[in-house]
Amino acid sequence: MAAKSSKNVPNADVPIDYRTIDRIAGPLLFVRDVANAAYGEIVEIALPDGTRRQGQVLDSRKGLAIVQVFGPTMGMNLTQTSVKFMGEVARLPVSDEMLGRVFTGLGEPRDGGPRIVSEQSLEIVGNAMNPYSREEPSEFIQTGLSNIDVMNTLVRGQKLPIFSGAGLPHNQLAAQIVRQAKLRNSTENFAVVFAAMGITSEEANFFLKEFETTGALERTVVFMNLSSDPSMERVITPRMALTTAEFLAYERDMHILVVLTDMTNYCEALREIASAREEVPGRRGYPGYLYTDLATLYERAGKIQGRKGSITQLPILTMPADDITHPIPDLTGYITEGQIVASRDLQRRGVYPPIDVLTSLSRLMNQGIGKGRTREDHRGVADQLYASYATGKDQRALSAIVGEEALSAIDRVYLKIAERFESEFVNQRPDEDRTIDESLAIGWDILADLPESELKRIKPELIAKYRPQRAAKA
Amino acid sequence: MGVVSRVSGPVVIAEGLEGAKMFDVVRVGELGLVGEIIRLVGETATVQVYEDTTGVRPGDKVDNTGQALSVELGPGLLTSIYDGVQRPLDVLKKNLGDFITRGFVAPPLDEKKVWEFTATAKAGGEVAPGAILGTVQETPLIAHRIMVPPNLRGTLTDLKSGAYTIRDPIGTLTTPSGKVPLFLSQKWVVRVPRPVQQKLAPGIPLITGQRVVDTFYPVAKGGTACIPGPFGSGKTVTQQQLAKWSDADVVVYVGCGERGNEMTEVLATFPHLQDPKSGRPLMERTILIANTSNMPVAAREASVYTGITIAEYYRDMGYDVALMADSTSRWAEAMREISGRLEEMPGEEGYPAYLGRRIAEFYERAGRVVTVSPEGRTGSVTVVGAVSPPGGDFSEPVSQNTLRVARVFWALDASLASRRHFPSINWLQSYSLYVGDIEPWYRQELSKEWVGLRQKALEILQKESELQEIVQLVGVDALPEREKGILDVARMLREDYLQQSAYDDVDTYTSIKKQYRMLKAILEFGDKEQEAIGRGTSLAEIQKLPVRQKISRGKWIPEKELDTQFDAIELEMSQSIAALGGA
Repeated sequence: MAAKSSKNVPNADVPIDYRTIDRIAGPLLFVRDVANAAYGEIVEIALPDGTRRQGQVLDSRKGLAIVQVFGPTMGMNLTQTSVKFMGEVARLPVSDEMLGRVFTGLGEPRDGGPRIVSEQSLEIVGNAMNPYSREEPSEFIQTGLSNIDVMNTLVRGQKLPIFSGAGLPHNQLAAQIVRQAKLRNSTENFAVVFAAMGITSEEANFFLKEFETTGALERTVVFMNLSSDPSMERVITPRMALTTAEFLAYERDMHILVVLTDMTNYCEALREIASAREEVPGRRGYPGYLYTDLATLYERAGKIQGRKGSITQLPILTMPADDITHPIPDLTGYITEGQIVASRDLQRRGVYPPIDVLTSLSRLMNQGIGKGRTREDHRGVADQLYASYATGKDQRALSAIVGEEALSAIDRVYLKIAERFESEFVNQRPDEDRTIDESLAIGWDILADLPESELKRIKPELIAKYRPQRAAKA
Repeated sequence: MGVVSRVSGPVVIAEGLEGAKMFDVVRVGELGLVGEIIRLVGETATVQVYEDTTGVRPGDKVDNTGQALSVELGPGLLTSIYDGVQRPLDVLKKNLGDFITRGFVAPPLDEKKVWEFTATAKAGGEVAPGAILGTVQETPLIAHRIMVPPNLRGTLTDLKSGAYTIRDPIGTLTTPSGKVPLFLSQKWVVRVPRPVQQKLAPGIPLITGQRVVDTFYPVAKGGTACIPGPFGSGKTVTQQQLAKWSDADVVVYVGCGERGNEMTEVLATFPHLQDPKSGRPLMERTILIANTSNMPVAAREASVYTGITIAEYYRDMGYDVALMADSTSRWAEAMREISGRLEEMPGEEGYPAYLGRRIAEFYERAGRVVTVSPEGRTGSVTVVGAVSPPGGDFSEPVSQNTLRVARVFWALDASLASRRHFPSINWLQSYSLYVGDIEPWYRQELSKEWVGLRQKALEILQKESELQEIVQLVGVDALPEREKGILDVARMLREDYLQQSAYDDVDTYTSIKKQYRMLKAILEFGDKEQEAIGRGTSLAEIQKLPVRQKISRGKWIPEKELDTQFDAIELEMSQSIAALGGA
């Protein structure tokens, strides 16, 4: 978590107004004759018309500071615009009062309410959590969605992104998860931190209304940067949200679910800055440090030994052209502990939620399931469903070429399993909240179509115990 | 003392550093952030800083320590967890709390811990570089051999057994240039490989307990292997399985730019896992380097060097060491990031032009060697590097440069992973160049049949992929019974042999002997199946035999009941198939 004092930055005595802007390029100001601006220092920019904007030092050398402006540079000029170096890095005042409030992407009130006044303010660029202090996430979160609970289990302290595409119902899905997510038999302190980056006001209203109708709003902190807001703010917004989450989790013992949407807009804002700085671009023009930068956000999920709270992250990103190898989903997938991938194919077949199980993954699933957590047969059932569905999909592709008649008897069973898996297991209503036992029961019902000798992923004693006693046709 | 003249991310430019040398370690600013000089122009030095530089400003002081980045090597390394520049994370936690703040320096080894040293060298004699002075029982698994540093020789004027900390002199060496005190620990510069007398040819497999690896694509002790694969294909699980079960004496696991929770998982599970040979906790032979993705990028660049230097040190004692680096792509990206900040002319995909050289130099530090020692001890460092190609595209520079030097290629396959075939190592694309080198070992230690069995299994799998192409066109029913039989045994190989669950208590580790029994049972079943088909029995008839399921469940047979159970299966197999009549 961010340090509580500002000792990291030696105080510049009294802030001086510099009127020495040399060049303005995109979101960057080049300020001359600056003695010693600190790297990462916050600046305040006063425009000729009296408005003030914030910015941050990106590069500092003797006699020159490069400042990134959070907001538009419209209206700034070289002679009458002044820059004041605040001698401090970016901070966010935090308090319990933040719950139920809506803020801008920079942490200013957006709901007409008062500013947050607090003695405690935290640096928004958090320090790295010591891996030695982390606690292994292992508490199963029931989302009520079979596809996630059984196949790609979410656990507390995990970061599990939703990879989606334009036109897919990721918002509805995220809202359903937020609404239904709970630990089994537990009524612990739970809150949501929601960070919107560059989403439309319609999308934003959808979420706000959703939180309102379910009564979740008073347990939610919203940071909102809409597509009409300055894109540079987006670089700050998730850090504001995560700093708030850390405060609530580690100092107020709350379990926080952080929803970050849309990460694609965040990455594009980063690219905008990189290109304005004329940096050597990496893949598709994104900066070479995109991985490191994303990691400083995603890695702020987790649990700490000896502290009660936790931070679970649910970032949402839209894959340009549904391309999972695009740098944004690609680098995200390398950092997060799995991914939930939305599928256009399922969407077209009318399956909700259209989650493609085969490309989705939860890396922490194993710690959260099994005896004492969900059920002893969970692992086996999930693996068997995966393998059977994959085989069934192969048969579907094959039967499109050779016809269903050319398939062997067992292959036809697999074909049917793939159908049932999609229409009965994956498919559910947007308000349907299944318990893990209900989900597993549906899974077993589908698997019961297979002869026992095909159930290679499940241990014999568990088959004996859980397989429905419906005579299967061998 | 110099001063900062520019700061941009992890790169700081300092002026006035008189007499600075390349790769000297410097301390930057009020906080004393640790950095390393990576470019010198006159008295202007470019420094890569291992910690976040927020708050550093022009005019801040820069102190040169005059030393290159080094690690401290001595008892206490095992069971430790370090960041990329060998700061012990447990000590950081004790001093800084749960988040790593900056400018904190901690000794890598516990300076207060007292070790019982048993001298074996005699005072008065001449000692050569690398000579063993005595031992410290570092953990119940590993005796730490205290050696004369590789660059010293002379007369051992004094050496006594006793209880020492790493800061107490244990003896004195008289060298031509004067007296040198000897300690339990020594320092070594990370970017310089520790010297060896001679590199040996590989000839012994590193047994990993993973069937697809040991049977099909083995790595030799002292060899190099790479695991490239897209995210979610199981790189980390494979690496962790190797770290857990391979029969190395010492394991160094470098989590380079990866997930924090993964390191936590290692920390949480290793102390509870038992070494299959000794029954001791695996942690007692393990050293962890964790520089997670959100920790400073320059320290990530250093982390693989820190890891391999520690590995070489245990190799010099005469141990077989395995180093897992997960992931070398993150290391390469750290190089790219720093190179970009230096405004160097980029090579392919923005990586620096020296990327290939650095990767080759790193893998070259692996090997089975005659160490620098009077008696010619042998030891080995096996390097297994994970590669994370963007978008799973193996044509990118890090994968390609790695494939040029690593001799084993375990190709992870996203389509296998998505159907939960783990380990998702593609059996047709992968290769091992050590197969020929270690064949004699298998013949002698395991069975003369082994090499033939392996070859036969590979042929069946190859044949399967050809048949699958036909099936794609005409359907499986159009195949003759004999070929359906081949598909059947290939399926058994894939599902009952190659698939191995890392999460099952029994299946997670398969001894080489059990691998032999399993493979033999499957292939024999295939042979007998073909014979029966030849006699006119239908495949469906054979598939119904209960013994087929028993073979399928062979992976869950405990090691202790290996012979009895497989003997019974083989007996039942020959009887029941023979009992099937013709049509």
